[in-house]
Amino acid sequence: MSVPENRTNGTPKIGVYICHCGINIANKVNIKETVDFAAKLPYVTVAKEYKFMCSDPGQELIQQDIRAGLIDRVVVASCSPLMHEATFRNATGEGGANPFMFQMANIREHVSWVTFDKDAATVKAKALIAAAVHRVSLHRPLEQTRVPVHPDVLVVGGGIAGIHASLTLANAGKKVYLVEREPTIGGHMAKFDKTFPTLDCSACILTPKMSAVRAHPNITLWTYSEVVGVEGFVGNFKVKVRRKPRYVDEDLCVGCLECIEACIFKKGKFPDEFNQGLSQRKPIYIPFPQATPLVAVIDPETCAHFKTGKCKKPCADACQPGAVKFDQTEEIKEVAVGSVILATGFKAFDAARVGRYGYGKYPNIYTSLEIERLVNAAGPTGGELKMADGRKPKSVGIVHCVGSRDNNTNAYCSRVCCMYSLKLAHLIKERTEAEVYNFYIDMRTPGKGYEEFYERLLKENVHFIRGRVAEINDWAMIDEEKGHLIIRVEDTLIGRVRRVPVDMVVLSVGLEAQPDADAVRRLFNISCSHEGWFLERHPKLAPVSTFTEGIFLAGACQGPKDIPDCVAQAGAAAAEALALIDKGSVELEPNTAFVNEEVCAGCHTCLNVCPYGAISYIKEINKARVNGALCKGCGTCVAACPSGALQQNLFTDEQIMNEIKGVMNHV
Amino acid sequence: MSKPKVAFYWCASCGGCEEAVVDLNEDILGVVQAVDIVFWPVALDFKRQDVEAMDDGSITVSFINGAIRSSEQYEMVELLRRKSKIVIAFGSCAHLGGIPGLANTFDRAAMLKEAYLESPSVTSGNTTIPQTEITVPEGKLTLPELWDTVKSLDQTIKVDYYLPGCPPPANLIKEAVTTILEGRLPEPGTILAPDIALCEDCPRRETKPDKLIIEQFKRPSQYIIDPDQCILAQGFLCLGSVTRKGCGAVCIEGNMPCTGCMGPTSRVKDFGAKAMSAIASLIDADDEEKITKIIDGMADPVGTFYRYSLPASIIHRSYQKPDGGGAHNGA
Ligand SMILES: Cc1cc2nc3c(=O)[nH]c(=O)nc-3n(C[C@H](O)[C@H](O)[C@H](O)COP(=O)(O)OP(=O)(O)OC[C@H]3O[C@@H](n4cnc5c(N)ncnc54)[C@H](O)[C@@H]3O)c2cc1C
Repeated sequence: MSVPENRTNGTPKIGVYICHCGINIANKVNIKETVDFAAKLPYVTVAKEYKFMCSDPGQELIQQDIRAGLIDRVVVASCSPLMHEATFRNATGEGGANPFMFQMANIREHVSWVTFDKDAATVKAKALIAAAVHRVSLHRPLEQTRVPVHPDVLVVGGGIAGIHASLTLANAGKKVYLVEREPTIGGHMAKFDKTFPTLDCSACILTPKMSAVRAHPNITLWTYSEVVGVEGFVGNFKVKVRRKPRYVDEDLCVGCLECIEACIFKKGKFPDEFNQGLSQRKPIYIPFPQATPLVAVIDPETCAHFKTGKCKKPCADACQPGAVKFDQTEEIKEVAVGSVILATGFKAFDAARVGRYGYGKYPNIYTSLEIERLVNAAGPTGGELKMADGRKPKSVGIVHCVGSRDNNTNAYCSRVCCMYSLKLAHLIKERTEAEVYNFYIDMRTPGKGYEEFYERLLKENVHFIRGRVAEINDWAMIDEEKGHLIIRVEDTLIGRVRRVPVDMVVLSVGLEAQPDADAVRRLFNISCSHEGWFLERHPKLAPVSTFTEGIFLAGACQGPKDIPDCVAQAGAAAAEALALIDKGSVELEPNTAFVNEEVCAGCHTCLNVCPYGAISYIKEINKARVNGALCKGCGTCVAACPSGALQQNLFTDEQIMNEIKGVMNHV
Repeated sequence: MSKPKVAFYWCASCGGCEEAVVDLNEDILGVVQAVDIVFWPVALDFKRQDVEAMDDGSITVSFINGAIRSSEQYEMVELLRRKSKIVIAFGSCAHLGGIPGLANTFDRAAMLKEAYLESPSVTSGNTTIPQTEITVPEGKLTLPELWDTVKSLDQTIKVDYYLPGCPPPANLIKEAVTTILEGRLPEPGTILAPDIALCEDCPRRETKPDKLIIEQFKRPSQYIIDPDQCILAQGFLCLGSVTRKGCGAVCIEGNMPCTGCMGPTSRVKDFGAKAMSAIASLIDADDEEKITKIIDGMADPVGTFYRYSLPASIIHRSYQKPDGGGAHNGA
């Protein structure tokens, strides 16, 4: 290994610590051979192995060796830096060395977990350790800078999760911006009549929270709005929000409905989104009586004024406060926040994708979400469940797992469908006294009071047929089937294919990620699972954090879950945001770029490439200069600098080249 | 006290470096007076045997120019290394491999085929390519062997100092000779030129726009270069920002872009890679199609960015199959 000229603090003394990670690493990598190998690498004065380096005794090993003067730099060969870089930097610091005199070799995710070949694993582990040793020999002590955390929080999505997180924060005295893209907050929960397993009235428990959001002095509620730009980093995000024009002034509208009355359309004519298209609304409307804010909105796609320009605009005349404003334009708001909670929820599975279930083909086949509206006292039928011909259904089949646990659509279990199917079975029976059949694969009712609810339904004489439904059609084979929908299913408990004629079918659709989840995740620079759910930092230990510091998750955007779990998660996300705010400041990774002014030729190449405007040109001395406070350590300028005058802490050319040399020398 | 002994030698080069020594004009006389030139095949009648007869380490300084690409060149530089206290790689070819180094995009077989069989200037029907050995009635004749791979001087022997440039600028030569003769030896491995990029010395420095961007690559053969504006800002590939200064910006003064003969600064490991990275940063487009269009306007990227430094770059040469030819590749 070449000795770099600019070594400042004497000959390095490197300690290498190789972690077994229980048997995670040890049963693939030959630890003893690797320790012997590490001991012979240049500048290595200590090479040790330990069962769990991340444990207290593991960290203590490092600290003792530093205190004893045996080492001044540390290499830990264990898991991903994502897991434990902070742990070991900290241990290095606690031992008395600068925390950045540390380098990690990932011999778990990059080695033992990705091969069955023990010899190859050992060779690669050695190469990665050699690379880390070569690199750390050139590390320099670095100081971290602290920047204050902006105390305001952005919450995206106004379903139950977003509402609960916002209120928690606002009640703690924090200022919240709640951005919801629909004209009202409430999300899916606002559409339900009752909620399982307690059957309490959904509106009764949700709407007080919705009004509290509206009334809270600490919450700025922006409905009909979307986040269009995010810049910055933990503690210091700059967010751009687009407020779509609703053509009704939010501050003036009192929600009196006069404008809707006055509209030239005497009756609703366009599918009402809130009622899943089961009723019609006018171009000017309020989604539902408890909509929050209770402010009308004009849909320019259907409004005669916007379509033809010829409307006399009676709505505007009818509005006493003069709130109807056809000349409203979109507005871009820019706010600074320190943390973000994403609570963008889910989208219900499109039942038409399973063609053999006849959705959209036969009348009287509904999705569960439609049934939620139809059994809802505030819904399009006032809570009466009727068939297309106006009769009450005498028999109803509820088909579970539509778009869930199905390799053709979604392999995962949507978690809430068994429970809401039980709820709907109860409500349907209560409203219609029909025979209700549940077609299920497995009943999944884990949760407080959930199994009990299932027991209760069993006693309510609801039928349960175990088997995945094969097909739903109206092809009668015998007289009794005529005029009915026939559900074909293999009843796996009696081992027979059955044909069950019913009047009405409910398809219990699963939960899917929002169609724009990928765009949203890009905007906020977080990850998605392959199904599109936002990815938590750790499934067990950091379930509401993301890989981007300061961005948290709440509710169904992270994966299918029911309301109690959404609320719990929203509380957790709010607590994480509060913890960050209370901490007051964050330490920045000292990976900033810097100009070696002595050798900068003032060529201007870097000036234009910095995405953060952190580089300026000092004309008097013909040098470029990096503002460390603005630099985010992206390295773009370093790559661009033609003469190597720009370098980056933790990633100097020498360190990287030496790291590569370490690998190359030892493979 | 006897005068210091000096040798000059050339390997794969164009002769320009020899010119550069002569270009010292009257100053050459000073040098000639101060030293004993013991070997300089281009100017003085010495033979290899004369060098072989010298004591090891008896030559004070050998200035060697040209890249190394044949068995004979290798033998000679080996010999000079043994006989010399100090070896200076003189000029771009010895320093980084130089223009001959671009041959590393081919191999020997392809080069010989082109030069002796297929080039339009070859008498058609010729089937003879150079051999290292041939027996004629008078006896056996030999020729040095051409290597597959062109090397920089320090890839074959230990080099003490480097005088960069194509050819090295007169003032740098003078300075180097004076320092060495006065015994003020710099750190071994030093490149005897300022360690900062040419832009600093550029007469057009003030004309650099703050927003330096390239929307189209232009070639001097197609467009007229505005003599008062930053050449790179006009879209001509000027590599002054990547290249070590010390030349006095003579090309710029002559209204031509810098082609990078002085090589990179000490902080840059691979001139061509760095140049590409820097120039790519200036391309003013963000969709792939536009980027491709701009880049396609750049003629001969290897010849442009690695014009003087392919052998000394990280990759050295184009890929050769392990069984490809087996020609001798030097030390
Ligand atoms: C038919 C059915 C019945 C159910 N019944 C029950 C039940 O009885 N009990 C129970 O516990 N659970 C039930 N659930 C589950 C329940 O719906 C969810 O747990 C809960 O609604 C999830 O809340 P959320 O806030 O995470 O998401 P959502 O309710 O989906 O709310 C997300 C909000 O974010 C907004 N949004 C989305 N993207 C953006 C964006 N980019 N910018 C701004 N805003 C955005 C949406 O418009 C929406 O208002 C049922 C689910 C279904 C499908």
